[in-house]
This record gives sequence, C-alpha cells and structure tokens, in this order.
Amino acid sequence: MRAPAPAYAADLNGETIETARTALGGLLIRAQDRVGEVALYIDRDRLVDAMELLRTAPGLEYQQLMEVAGVDYPDRPERFEVVYMLLSLTRNHRIQVRVTTDEDAPVPSVTDIWPVAGWLEREVYDLFGVLFEGNRDLRRILTDYGFRGHPLRKDFPQTGYVEMRYSEEEKRVVYEPVKLAQDYRNFEFQSPWEGAAYQLPGDEKGQVPQAKGAQTPLSADTIAKADAAKAPAQAPAGTSGSYAKGTNPPGDAAANARPADPQVVPTKGQGQNQ
Amino acid sequence: MTDTRIRADDPADVAAPATASMDPHLDHVLGVRTEADPTVGDVTIQNYTINFGPQHPAAHGVLRLVMELDGEIVERIDPHVGLLHRGTEKLIEYRTYTQALPYMDRLDYCSPMCMEHSFVLAVEKLLDLEVPLRAQYLRVLFAELTRISNHMLNLGSHVMDVGAMTPNLWLFEIREDCYGFFERASGARMHHNYMRPGGVHQDVPLKLLTDIADWLDTRLPRLFEDAISLVADNRIFKQRNVDIATVSRDDAIRWGFSGPMIRAAGLPWDLRKSQPYDVYDRMDFDVPVGTRGDCYDRFMVRVEEVRQSVRIMKQCLAEMPEGPIASTDRKVVPPKRAEMKRSMESLIHHFKLYTEGFHVPAGEVYVATESPKGEFGIYMVADGSNKPYRCKIRPTAFSHLQAMDFMSRGHMLADTTAILGAMDIVFGECDR
Repeated sequence: MRAPAPAYAADLNGETIETARTALGGLLIRAQDRVGEVALYIDRDRLVDAMELLRTAPGLEYQQLMEVAGVDYPDRPERFEVVYMLLSLTRNHRIQVRVTTDEDAPVPSVTDIWPVAGWLEREVYDLFGVLFEGNRDLRRILTDYGFRGHPLRKDFPQTGYVEMRYSEEEKRVVYEPVKLAQDYRNFEFQSPWEGAAYQLPGDEKGQVPQAKGAQTPLSADTIAKADAAKAPAQAPAGTSGSYAKGTNPPGDAAANARPADPQVVPTKGQGQNQ
Repeated sequence: MTDTRIRADDPADVAAPATASMDPHLDHVLGVRTEADPTVGDVTIQNYTINFGPQHPAAHGVLRLVMELDGEIVERIDPHVGLLHRGTEKLIEYRTYTQALPYMDRLDYCSPMCMEHSFVLAVEKLLDLEVPLRAQYLRVLFAELTRISNHMLNLGSHVMDVGAMTPNLWLFEIREDCYGFFERASGARMHHNYMRPGGVHQDVPLKLLTDIADWLDTRLPRLFEDAISLVADNRIFKQRNVDIATVSRDDAIRWGFSGPMIRAAGLPWDLRKSQPYDVYDRMDFDVPVGTRGDCYDRFMVRVEEVRQSVRIMKQCLAEMPEGPIASTDRKVVPPKRAEMKRSMESLIHHFKLYTEGFHVPAGEVYVATESPKGEFGIYMVADGSNKPYRCKIRPTAFSHLQAMDFMSRGHMLADTTAILGAMDIVFGECDR
C-alpha cells in the first residue's frame, strides 16, 4: 500500500477472515479482502447473532460500531446494501459487515448490542427507506418534518420534488413543486475514443493503466495488488513497525533523519509553484 | 373506586370519601389524588416540555432539543437534528472528485482542513497514489493548525456557555491568527480547499513557515495559557463542570464515542497514534486521557491536545523536507500554470482534469481520520467513473449528540449547555 491512508493492522486481514469463518459458521455468506479492507457478507435474518459474535468472540472483539452506511444499487435483485463499520480497539482493526435488502424486507436492528445504532439506522431509513426491525424509534432524522421520499436512492432526482420559499402574501413558508429554468446537465464521460483493444501475447501482464486517474476497467484492488507486486521491498516507515506503510523515498536517509533538537529551523524554500 | 381517593389538601383524612365527581379532569383541577399517585401538599408538580433552540446561542447552531423537565431536572431529551441538512452526500454523487472536495470544507466549518484530509486520503487509497513527503508534512502541519483553531472556538464557547466571557475573546485572538495563516497558505480564510488528491494545492512561502514558528513560540502560548489560567482552576467553572455528565468507559464504547470524548472517559485511543496516516507515525506526541469522564475532563483533554498540537507542528516545521508538494502524476494532479504556458501536453492535462476530472478505479474504502472532534470517516464507493458512486460521511457529532439523552438525565437544565459545550458539535457536519 503506497497511499498514506490510515494504517491499521492490515496484516491481520487474513487471520481475521479465518477466525470469522470459524466463529460465524453458516451466518457468513462470503468474505472478501479488497484494497486492504475486510468485508463480511452476513445472512440478513441472523445479523444480530453474527454481530454479537463479532463483538465478543476472542480473536474478533469488534467493540465499537462506528457507522452504518446505506448504498443503493438499483440493478441488483436486493437493491440496498447496508454496511456496518466495526472497529476493534484492542486489536486495532476495522471490518465492514454488509447485508443486502430491498424496500420491504426489514433488517434486524442492532440497537440492543450498540445503542449508537439507533440514530445510524434512523438515518439509513430516512435516506434510503430501509426498514429496521426492532428499532424502537424509527423516525426520520435528517430530512424536513413531513418530507416524502428517500433522497439518497438513485432514482430520486438531485433537485428533489418540492422547493420552499417565504411567501410575502401569506406571511409564511410555502412549499411548491420544483421549477427549473434549465434542465440539469449531466455529461457522459465514458469515452468511446479509448481505442480498440488489440491484445498481443504477453499484454495481460501490463494490464494496469498507464497512469493513476486514467480510465480503467480494473478494480482498485487489482491495481493496488499490481503496485504492491511492482515495489515489494519498501521498508515500513518510522516507528510504525508492522503497519503497512512505505512512504519514505528509498535511499534518502538525510530526509528521514530526525533532528535531535526540534528547533524551528525550516529548510531553504524553493517552492515549485514559482 | 371513589373509596381509594383522598383530598390533596387533607392527607390525614384517608378514609373520607372523596367529594369530587367521577370526572378525572375535575378531580385533577380539585387536586384529588389516588394512592397510586400521591403528591405531597396541594401543589401538583407536572413534567413539562420545553423547546431548547433551534435558535439559541448555546445550541451552537441549529439544534432543537425537546426537553422533558421535572421542575428544573432534565428527565428526557429528544434532540432534533437535520435543520441544516443540505444533502451533501447526494450532491457529491453528481460531482467529480475535484468538485466534491469543497463540500468537505462546508461540513465542519470550524475544522475544514481535517474534513478534506479524510476525503483526499480515501481517494488516494482507491487510486493507490503515492504522495510526496513534503505534501504529507504540509497536510499534517495544517491539520494540526486546524485542530488548534477548532479547539479555540470550542474551549472559548464552552467557557462562555457556563458564564465566563473573557477567555472566549482572548481565544478568538488565536483563532484569528490561525485564519491569517490559512489565508496565506490557501487564499481563503475558512473554506480552504487546500488538500487535493495527490498532495496539496500550492506550496507555502518560507516566510509563512517562519511566521508560524514564531507564533508557536511566543504569541500562542502566552495568549492560550493566560486564557486557560482564568478557568482551569476557577471555582465556579469547576462547580459547573466537574461530575457533570459522567460517562463510563463501557458507555463510551457502546455509544460509539471517539476523539476527546472517548479519551476523557479514560481510553487512550487516538487515530493519529494507533492508525497513523500521512507522517503522523514520525511525530512524537502524547495522548491525554481523562480520569472521571465528566465535562471538566473533556475540557482539559482538549486543552492538552492544543499543547500537543504545538509540539507536532514544531516537529513538522523542523523536519519538513524540500521537494514537490503534489504527486507528479499528471492524470490526477493538474500541472502548474507556468508549465502549461510551455507544454501542450500540460495544457491538455489541465483541460481534461478541470472538465472531466480523473477516474477512480472501482472499489470501496472506509477511511477515518482523527478530526478535532473525533473520528471523521469517509465511506467511498467508486465505480470506475469520474464521480463517486456513493460517499458516506461519518460525522463525529451523530454518536455524541445521540448520547445527550442519557448524559443529561438527572442533571439541571442549566447543565445541558455545559454538556453540549463539552461535546463540541457543529451542525454543518452533523446534518450534512
């Protein structure tokens, strides 16, 4: 991993998946390790049991629920994915727990395990319309009082359906249907001019895009693995020890050496934006 | 039924038949009570509900608290949030990655750089993009300056919420200095848009670095320690904060606390230390923790964090190497203007990056950094196009504000402002 992203104990990913497989058994549908992040797909109906195991089972110990995120994939048979971000304070590790659902099937609430889930589930309900069974306070939370629809669904327009203004005649706020002077312009950037793919023998080795940020059909995980294979022997930086991090310029010992006395003596400035 | 009733103004006369009718409303007016509801004396104290906010100076923005009070004791609090909801997550789905970045500044407008930090780290993780060392140092330097400016606002307003006026004005002096530095680095006082995927937007002049160093050595400690000395050992301040809203370790974990809130509860958990990003793994700093988990601890943890931020900034300034301030990858980072004047290739890159933007390969990451208020996370789902498929923002305030109910229960109405002040909540971030 070359990017300077937060380096938690990513070397635990493999053994975490193994431990989760044995601990969860049939509750686990599938596990993946992509871009250094573990995601566990859990059987929706038995989510609470799985979460309780993830929280308490030795070798897992995910004490904190940090976030519940909804994602809408309208093409899938169960269009919503609910992603729970768990954090282990003792093992310094994060995982994502994912369940899928649709507009009708409720997801069991985890409020009895983590009371913080109360508002997080309310938010997913508000923005996506995912129902949570067992949440005792499933009201809307972010949108307006009396709002209709679930705004983060992909079929909800960016402009919404109603707009609000203060009416001078009625001396109050009034709601009206949205009137746009011009349609919202959403440009298509999938370029047809990327050229024909002439596959020559041996080309599959050089499949990674020529530069970061170029259009590519590959996933972030494939590219990260290809990069890791290209530069395998980079020493981890500084004191972080086992953390997967390597941002030091190789061989530049002078820049890495820390001055003994942290006096403020900035180096001579030669900014590049002259 | 009437046998069990007694007149409120004559509690001794238990056996006497009630004179009131069967009408419960009339009973209520006459003060007739049953044994199941014995109210002493002839005054019936009822719980009543009040609205705190949405327009209240101590609500730190637009928070509406529906409070159920028993006299002056808080029985229940139902926070209503979302009054500042602007649909940031929806808007980001329709913007390129570059266009989405300024929305981060507008989330927590008291610590904009730290919001940008999570976003650019998430994009870089998906791109697997290397960032030059100088850029990482600059990011850490300004993230810590942001932490100082954020804590100045929070400490000052917390002190003001419980009754002291002077420290707030002094701390705003420091905040003003910070904004001066931000302006000199990025060109904007509040909405910097300074950190970019691949590095930072511009290099800083040498004079700015020396000025920051002078300020850290002289002006900041003098103003800050002066202001804090007025409140830290102040008897009134302690009476208002010590043992208010005590949160145990277990509660802090179950309620998803992070940042100063979890550290005040006694857990030495700091993402800069345990999950270092950028060059935090090279920095030498301490993580302050509280012992009792009350409002005073939260205040003092933030005070100490300011001092540690000063340490980190001094190390950044001392160790910052020369070099490029952004990745040289021209498919992500646009070229500088001087380059564009000479090279056709650069001109094309510039045009493409500011119209189409760069493409991020498909994948999902959750990247969380230690913002001044706690764990600020971005769950980014990329689909290989130039726009995020989904960008979920994990606000720090959501879990903290949710705990408002159990933290305030049993405290006086006036304590809620101290509790709210010690939580450090900004509604741009909470409501998104």
